[in-house]
Amino acid sequence: MKTKIKWLLALLLFYNFYNSQTTFQTNGAPFNVHTTYAFVNATIFVDYETTLNNATLLIKDGKVLQCGTSVSIPKQAVQINAKGKYIYPSFIDIYSDYGIVIENKVPAPKTSVQLESNVKGAYGWNQAIKADVEAHKHFIHNKDKANELIKLGFGSVVSHSKDGIVRGSGVLLNLNANQKENQSVIIDKAAGFYSFNKGTSTQDYPGSLTGAIALVRQTYYDAQWYKTSANKTEYNISLDAFNRLQNLPSIFESNDKFNSMRAAKIGKEFNVKYILKGNGSEYQRIQDISSTGLKFIVPLYFPEAYDVEDVYDAESISLSELKHWELAPSNPSVLEKNNIPFCFTLSDLKDKSAFIKNLRKAVEYGLTEKMALKALTANPALFVNAYDKVGALKPNYFANFFISNKSIFDEEAEILQHWVNGEAMINNDLNPLDIRGNYKLLADNKTYNFKFFDNAIKPLAQVLIDTAKKNVSYQFNYNALQFSFKYDTINIARANGTYDANKKKFTGSMQMADGKWTDFELVYQNMVDTTKKVKPIAKKQDLKLGQVTYPFTAYGEALTNSDGIVKDVISKFKNRYKALLIKNATVWTNKGDSILKETDVYVVEGKIVRIAPNIDATALAFAKVIDAKGKHLTPGIIDEHSHIALTWGVNEWTKSSSAEVRMGDVINPEDINIYRQLSGGVTSAQLLHGSANPIGGQSAIIKLRWGCNAEEMKYENADGFIKFALGENVKRSTSHDNARFPVTRMGVEQLFNDYFTRAKEYDNAMKEFSLSKDKNKIAPRKNLELEALAEIINKKRFISCHSYVQSEINMLMHIADTFGFKVNTFTHILEGYKVADKMKAHGVSASTFSDWWAYKNEVMEAIPQNAALLTKMGVNTSMNSDDAEMARRLNQEAAKAVKYGNLTETEALKLVTLNPAKMLHIDNKVGSIEVGKVADLVVWSDNPLSVYAKAEKTIIDGNIYFDRDEDLKLREEVKNERARIIAKLLLEKQKGGKTQKHQGKHQRLYHCNTIEGVQEVEGCLR
Amino acid sequence: MKKLIYIFILFLSIYSKAQKTYTHIALYGGVAHIGNTTIIDNSLITILKNKIESVQNATGIKLNPSSFDTVIYLEGKHVYPGFINANNVLGLHDAEQVKATLDYAEIGNINPHIRSLIAYNTDNQIVPTIKTNGILYTQATPRGGLISGSSSIMALEGWNWEDAVLLADEGIHINFPQTIETKWSDDGEMSTSVNKKFSDDLNYLYKFFDDAIAYCKEEKPIEKNIRFEAMRGVLENKANLYVHADKAKDILNAIVFKRKYNIKKFVLVGAKDAYKVIKTIKSEKIPVMFNRVNDLPERIDDDVDQVYKTPYLLQKDSILFCLQLQGEMEAMQSRNLPFNAGVAVGYGLSKEEALAAITSNVAKIIGIEKLVGTLEEGKLASLIVSEGDVLDIRTNNIVLAYINGKQVNLTNKQTELYLKYKNKYGIK
Repeated sequence: MKTKIKWLLALLLFYNFYNSQTTFQTNGAPFNVHTTYAFVNATIFVDYETTLNNATLLIKDGKVLQCGTSVSIPKQAVQINAKGKYIYPSFIDIYSDYGIVIENKVPAPKTSVQLESNVKGAYGWNQAIKADVEAHKHFIHNKDKANELIKLGFGSVVSHSKDGIVRGSGVLLNLNANQKENQSVIIDKAAGFYSFNKGTSTQDYPGSLTGAIALVRQTYYDAQWYKTSANKTEYNISLDAFNRLQNLPSIFESNDKFNSMRAAKIGKEFNVKYILKGNGSEYQRIQDISSTGLKFIVPLYFPEAYDVEDVYDAESISLSELKHWELAPSNPSVLEKNNIPFCFTLSDLKDKSAFIKNLRKAVEYGLTEKMALKALTANPALFVNAYDKVGALKPNYFANFFISNKSIFDEEAEILQHWVNGEAMINNDLNPLDIRGNYKLLADNKTYNFKFFDNAIKPLAQVLIDTAKKNVSYQFNYNALQFSFKYDTINIARANGTYDANKKKFTGSMQMADGKWTDFELVYQNMVDTTKKVKPIAKKQDLKLGQVTYPFTAYGEALTNSDGIVKDVISKFKNRYKALLIKNATVWTNKGDSILKETDVYVVEGKIVRIAPNIDATALAFAKVIDAKGKHLTPGIIDEHSHIALTWGVNEWTKSSSAEVRMGDVINPEDINIYRQLSGGVTSAQLLHGSANPIGGQSAIIKLRWGCNAEEMKYENADGFIKFALGENVKRSTSHDNARFPVTRMGVEQLFNDYFTRAKEYDNAMKEFSLSKDKNKIAPRKNLELEALAEIINKKRFISCHSYVQSEINMLMHIADTFGFKVNTFTHILEGYKVADKMKAHGVSASTFSDWWAYKNEVMEAIPQNAALLTKMGVNTSMNSDDAEMARRLNQEAAKAVKYGNLTETEALKLVTLNPAKMLHIDNKVGSIEVGKVADLVVWSDNPLSVYAKAEKTIIDGNIYFDRDEDLKLREEVKNERARIIAKLLLEKQKGGKTQKHQGKHQRLYHCNTIEGVQEVEGCLR
Repeated sequence: MKKLIYIFILFLSIYSKAQKTYTHIALYGGVAHIGNTTIIDNSLITILKNKIESVQNATGIKLNPSSFDTVIYLEGKHVYPGFINANNVLGLHDAEQVKATLDYAEIGNINPHIRSLIAYNTDNQIVPTIKTNGILYTQATPRGGLISGSSSIMALEGWNWEDAVLLADEGIHINFPQTIETKWSDDGEMSTSVNKKFSDDLNYLYKFFDDAIAYCKEEKPIEKNIRFEAMRGVLENKANLYVHADKAKDILNAIVFKRKYNIKKFVLVGAKDAYKVIKTIKSEKIPVMFNRVNDLPERIDDDVDQVYKTPYLLQKDSILFCLQLQGEMEAMQSRNLPFNAGVAVGYGLSKEEALAAITSNVAKIIGIEKLVGTLEEGKLASLIVSEGDVLDIRTNNIVLAYINGKQVNLTNKQTELYLKYKNKYGIK
């Protein structure tokens, strides 16, 4: 048996000899060391779930030889007694940029716009695609940074260049900065990295989140084409590198719960299982996060407490920010309870030393210690396929481990030693000499009482001179003692000596203040009292956390149980009421001019099933009954032109055509304006791209299902729409140094001509390919931009065109005729009244403002009678908002058509209900109150066209999403919840916790011409 | 024989260029909304030259038509004092994005000497569309800087600014330094942070007032300073000091400023957060030109109808306030002034209180209440007649208006274009 082990050991040693060879030539004799170290008697975490007591860890040449409770220790091994100590495998951070330095060689743009890439060489078209960056080629150790990480327990990282949308590969490396980089690299290409952030790229595209998403998608398609196409006409470093990245684990920086969903969706499209780098807000939408089935990297960053002592300043902190402060530490625990695989990163921590404190806090908030260790060792290793090398202390793993005096989750735990790649980077004596005790000091023929006391590692020292206690300052290193003290009021004695551990005695020489030398002896007498004052153990407090609400903002609803697991969100939102009976209302049906008095409307499972007086409620026991006596019931308001509920940009203005971008990718279901507009009776809206370029992006049609996620808000099976624009905005009239084509209406026409010509050719090529029987025929490159335009030609996508002046309106209808399609809608269309006859002939709809004008030159001929005139000419006409504020009172805007243009009241109401429904091709479902239609309804306190009318209940799919009485309760809840958390914050400050001044966030309000990164100038740009 | 003219005839007469000038007019049988919250259901209002001669209950009065040039039978139509559009750039620009037409914000931080009066263009393109909806006066107000300049009250009728002015240089506008500033960030959000310029700006403002007061006390200043000269009205409590502040803290800071200089004619403008510091505003008896009613709540967590209902809260606490529209497209939006008042009615204000907030209260705050703002004897005959309730969009239909006793042309470029294209298409 013994010999067998010896053989095994010998084999391991042999293996390790070759394993530790290097190619480096040295100046002088090589200084290679192959010492075996044995750490004995320790509590060892072999991995996150295996703890061995009284165990031995054997390491050599940077690797673990053995770890166990019955390890025989080779006689040549250096033994280190780790009795009472804890040994953990070093932590791993796979989302780091340690040691990566890349010089930016791309020339800066010479003008304020840069529409093309400035990178020289055979690279791809977009500067933000840096797939060719290979972090291992740029990795240089940085001792200070390495030490910072090592102190926290981290032994290895995957490091990458955090710059760009595609960021190239990352390198797994050991943080031993004493070694050459050659010895530190574990896996040269450990993972590929991606994000939505273009970083240092000076190229304007993408200028928005929707553009970034489109760029990522197009890059995948381009790369696929590049890989498979035999007759490609170009060589492309970026695409080549991108294809090589696909063999690696893909890490996507989302930095937001909704961006995680967006990245996951892209991953699904291209069959990539991303590892998502989140931001700690995952608990706020945990069931969506869970449904991705993806792995997560989350920062151990929790926001600092806000300074709320100023009552008014505190008011600018939103409830969602307050709640996030309270709940963020529970994020890891919620991830664990929902079985989401995750690991931690130090990224996002401004003060990295807060890491361990936050780790303990996460445990306090319910994370198990086992999972905490897993998220720092096994999981990060597994995520980058390195769990055979790092993350545990098993044979042949890297000898990366740290030794602490206590369990790392104990507040008093300290890292005494940290070994990386077999070398001690932190090396404190595990068993320091305890010199505490009462001593006799004999010097200058006198005897004094002397003592070392208090803590064992660095005791305090004191000497008694007569009856006065004098503090002694001293240094004790390697058994050499140097000390000094005041032996009367002013004179100081200084001494140097050595310690004899066997005799427990210090001896040496002392010099008195007058220069006289004398010998001294310091002799141990007995032990000092070492019993510690026991701190009363703080009782584990009930955390009393608030609940997660959907959405995570004021006026959201709590739908989780105490474990943070969502109870059936969808069913709660979608089928709150199986049936709904609205009684005695004045019903504006939108069927002709019909207004029914004292009528009941019965809704079952979201659909209108009966409209009649006196529907018997007793027979409908399950129905929720709304008494609408004296009130008006109308179809829900539909806003044809909205920019609410969108994230990070509404304009991808950086190209003259951005047909590839989709507003549906960037819906923000937490925008408070959704709730505010529900309070104005809005039930559906078309979220449009802006008007900064002639061909904008694809629209999203949503229902204002407050509380649901982005996908759930989208209209089911809606037709595709796209935003076009004409006139001053697309000419970039307010820009002083525009260089983008076109700058005249003449150019705008030819731009359309060009794009539709190319789209037609693209479409023909695609059709030809799909019909071809030649199996060797190669697919043309998929072009998301031309595909969207081809859909228009094929009548599968429909245009909403921002337009003002009659000439351009006329022009676009001619373009459409030329390419064989119809323009669906002219939006804004303030001069529509001048070409109403032509519009009628073309069959286009008009969606206009009620009375806006004079905000720019091209609207100086706008008239408030526009909607009425168009209606009278038989053009399907609506009123839209393009404005988060005005959208809350579109009913009043409709009334302006009565005032200015003498429309009947029923005609006017249709301007904001049935007519926009027709424009959006959803009039088969909504827009009128008819049996069989979806119950999107509003109960009004008064005639809906009256300025005095208030929406009392806003109903979508037969569910009440806004209720004025319920709203009053929600306001109370908001106030109470704020007060509760603010009280907690005040307590936190009193306890001496760190606080931060608030930097408030408001949802930005978008208009047509809002451009990211460009300050909005005085006045309105629409 | 004096003529009796019915509304429809009068309506047509608008288009006849040679309009006769009447000097003695009787408006009979209308619902008179006085503007001070009282109503006379069946009224007789007589106009002599440029002034209201009498306002009385017509019930029981036997009208002698022969004593008037014109008698107009209103038959239940509603009569109101003309609306006053407080704190607005109307008349100071045409197309908002065309720099060449902009005349409301001068360069510089301390501009008390800048006067909106002379930039007010009576031939401005927007003004006629505002008049059509019953707004007869506007407070032409400069913008920008810490001290923007002085405003003047202009009638929306006149050959030139000298002709149109009702009260010149009646007050100076200060944009009070904000403790919190708002910025756009790249990630699509608007963020608020501590305004680093706040103390500098505030000190500068205090110093300017100290210097101005010292200057004005000099019997013979060594050197004439037109900025300080422009401050005399405010410092002698003859002109208003309009202090624009929205957030609670800024309002309080402004009130401290008022106390220090003992400013008697102090008006808060904007005051979106007024409801938070309402007691202080009340105890100081400060009048408020309140923020646009059709505005979003200031903070995400605020009540969804906060701005809608604040006018009611001010009314409840007996604060003298009026409504105004400062904000996006404010000049063009001026025609919606009555509808902003209407929205506040939906949230608690009575209709007559809402009316006062755009008529008599505005006049009182500015200090022109002896001239305009109510239908009372001796005031200027600047009034409007609407077919229905003027505050509600669906019933607002101004059929007749007088400024200084002169009938106002209610057509504008937009009504003309409408007519032109109706004719083109043959629509009735």
